[in-house]
Amino acid sequence: MSERAAPGTAASASAVVDVPLWRRPRVRGIVYQAVLCLVVALLAWAAIANVSENLARANIATGFDFWNVTAGFDISQTLIPYSAQASTYGRAFWVGLLNTLLVAVLGIVLATVLGFLIGIGRLSHNFLVSKLCGGYVELIRNVPLLLQLLFWYNAVLKALPEIRESVALPGGGYLNNRGLFLPDPQIAGGGAVALALVAGIVLAIGFRALHERIGPLGRGRGRTVVSTLLVLVPPLATAVVVGVSVTFAYPEMGRFNIRGGLEVLPEFVALLTGLSIYTAAFIAEAVRAGLMAVPKGQTEAASALGLRRGAALRLVIVPQAMRVIVPPLTNQYLNLTKNSSLAVAIGYPDLVQIFTGTVLNNTGQAIEVVVVTMAVYLSLSLATSALMNWYNAWITPAER
Amino acid sequence: MKRVFVVLLAACAALATGAPAEAATLDNIKARGSLNCGANGQLPGFGMPDAQGIWTGFDVELCRAVAAAIFNDPQKVKFVALTAKDRFTALQSGDIDVLIRNTTWTLSRDTQLGLNATGINYFDGQGFIVRKSLKLNSALELNDAAVCVQQGTTTELNLSDYFRANKMRLKSVTFATLDEALKAYDTGRCDAYTTDASQLYSVRLKLARPDEHVVLPEIVSKEPFSAFVRHGDDQWFDIVRWTIFAMLNAEEFGITKANVDEQAKSDNPEIKRLLGTEGNFGEALGLTKDWAVRIVKGVGNYGEVFERTIGQGSPLKITRGQNALWTKGGLHYAPPVR
Repeated sequence: MSERAAPGTAASASAVVDVPLWRRPRVRGIVYQAVLCLVVALLAWAAIANVSENLARANIATGFDFWNVTAGFDISQTLIPYSAQASTYGRAFWVGLLNTLLVAVLGIVLATVLGFLIGIGRLSHNFLVSKLCGGYVELIRNVPLLLQLLFWYNAVLKALPEIRESVALPGGGYLNNRGLFLPDPQIAGGGAVALALVAGIVLAIGFRALHERIGPLGRGRGRTVVSTLLVLVPPLATAVVVGVSVTFAYPEMGRFNIRGGLEVLPEFVALLTGLSIYTAAFIAEAVRAGLMAVPKGQTEAASALGLRRGAALRLVIVPQAMRVIVPPLTNQYLNLTKNSSLAVAIGYPDLVQIFTGTVLNNTGQAIEVVVVTMAVYLSLSLATSALMNWYNAWITPAER
Repeated sequence: MKRVFVVLLAACAALATGAPAEAATLDNIKARGSLNCGANGQLPGFGMPDAQGIWTGFDVELCRAVAAAIFNDPQKVKFVALTAKDRFTALQSGDIDVLIRNTTWTLSRDTQLGLNATGINYFDGQGFIVRKSLKLNSALELNDAAVCVQQGTTTELNLSDYFRANKMRLKSVTFATLDEALKAYDTGRCDAYTTDASQLYSVRLKLARPDEHVVLPEIVSKEPFSAFVRHGDDQWFDIVRWTIFAMLNAEEFGITKANVDEQAKSDNPEIKRLLGTEGNFGEALGLTKDWAVRIVKGVGNYGEVFERTIGQGSPLKITRGQNALWTKGGLHYAPPVR
């Protein structure tokens, strides 16, 4: 090998000397790429220069000075303190972003649970269950989401009683067409307990990992008991030591509205319901595809080993199906997050409604506002994808 | 391959150096053959297509007046229905030539959006509508009330200001369009609906049971409506501004759609100047001598348009009030044509 390679290298080395610079493939490749980069950069620069020049000529304000200007408008749902007179447009942005995240995260959880149930149900041997699940998927995924949101919003509003005929819930809550009003737990010393709970969960995960690494540290049930104790004992112990007291802020009926307490807006409920139900239909199909991608032999082998259907599904089929399910599942998570921007139609104050709606209109800075909003959705989507890819790599069984 | 690069580079250079020169708006409109006018598509009396798809309303007639001044044909208008939150972007981007959509003239809109307000065409103020069953006499009793409002409006900001100034607590629920906000109010999501007073009367007709709702007496803000044009084209700005002035002047001199030809023979020098039988004022605007005749023939004078669309000749029956001419105790006062 080395004997033959040596003369070859020598030949090519001598060829390099002869070939002019511009005819060397490597050099040419670099030059082309450099020119391409230059052209792209020029185009981008030209576009930016053009826009800023036109904006300046049209006397449209530019830049991000508006970020620290007082907003002056109210928002119906705020997860962080916000007030029209004291808060800035920047604060309004964060309020909107958190509202978007809230509905997206809860929507993803609900849609996943519902989607898995429907997807598995569609493959059920029970005629009624499988047909019902099939009907659900066909009905929901073939009707535009916007219509469904409007339906849920109006259905929620119309079905609920007026404020003066509020349904009093046991435990001091109210339900009416202004929303759901619940007693708001005010926990003193809750931070320490939460910290302890996180620590407990970490301990439990560590225990289970250890358990799998070095073999059984106990019988099946013992393991569950130990995990449960690890999760529950630290926060409970902390609660006793710190002396946690829980008081409730009860909602009260005012002249017009219900004051105080924890308020769940009908807009939020409608959006969450609509998004979860819609996305669940697509997730169900992904789940069905994943389950059907597992060869029939696996089911048969599982039942030959004496596993019942549920156990076979849990231990044999689903782990193998997950690697097929996760990529389309990621798509659906991204879709749900992006679709949450339809909130604007039903008055839920999400990022798009607050920021590209009111803030854009009041400041008139369309380019800045839209670019920021797009960057936010892009980051959210990329973060979700990264997380899901990592999860997919983690669950994919090692091939032997 | 090389040729492609050359072309691309040339394109870059062209883009970088020659920012597109803005042709005069008037020339564009003439070349296009019609005026693109941004209007409200949901507001009876101001801007809405009727059952036959024909646009009607006060703002719509003002668009038609501008078209009449240019083309001598009030029908040469393409209306673009805009929501409150999209309206300025549509004008900035050139989708429309003029925005006449019950839009309040404020300092920031005049200075930060790259737009100019051409002058007040309607004096309005913000009010509230509530259910009669609440037995309210004043907006000051609205502490803690939920109020439905359309987003991206001065109304939304005034609402916060008013409640804050009167130390009342507010639960505002905002919607992108008038119809959605109104529907939410109608289903009981809110105790009150707020918008400009002129609109309250027209939106009340859209409610399921109009008789069960009442407009509260308070007017909580100044809402001077104006047409808006892009900043930087003074000729176009003048045309839109003077179209309204011509309609107001026509009303002041008693020139109507019916008698405009007769009035053109008048000896009154002010009427002669307005109707172009003396002087050359229309051409100075970039229009024709008989520009005002075209406007009045096309849509009528200000008073005629008002009565036909929102006044006594319409279901809204809004009285002239502040919108009467200065000679009749109102606020409208058009500069003279001379």
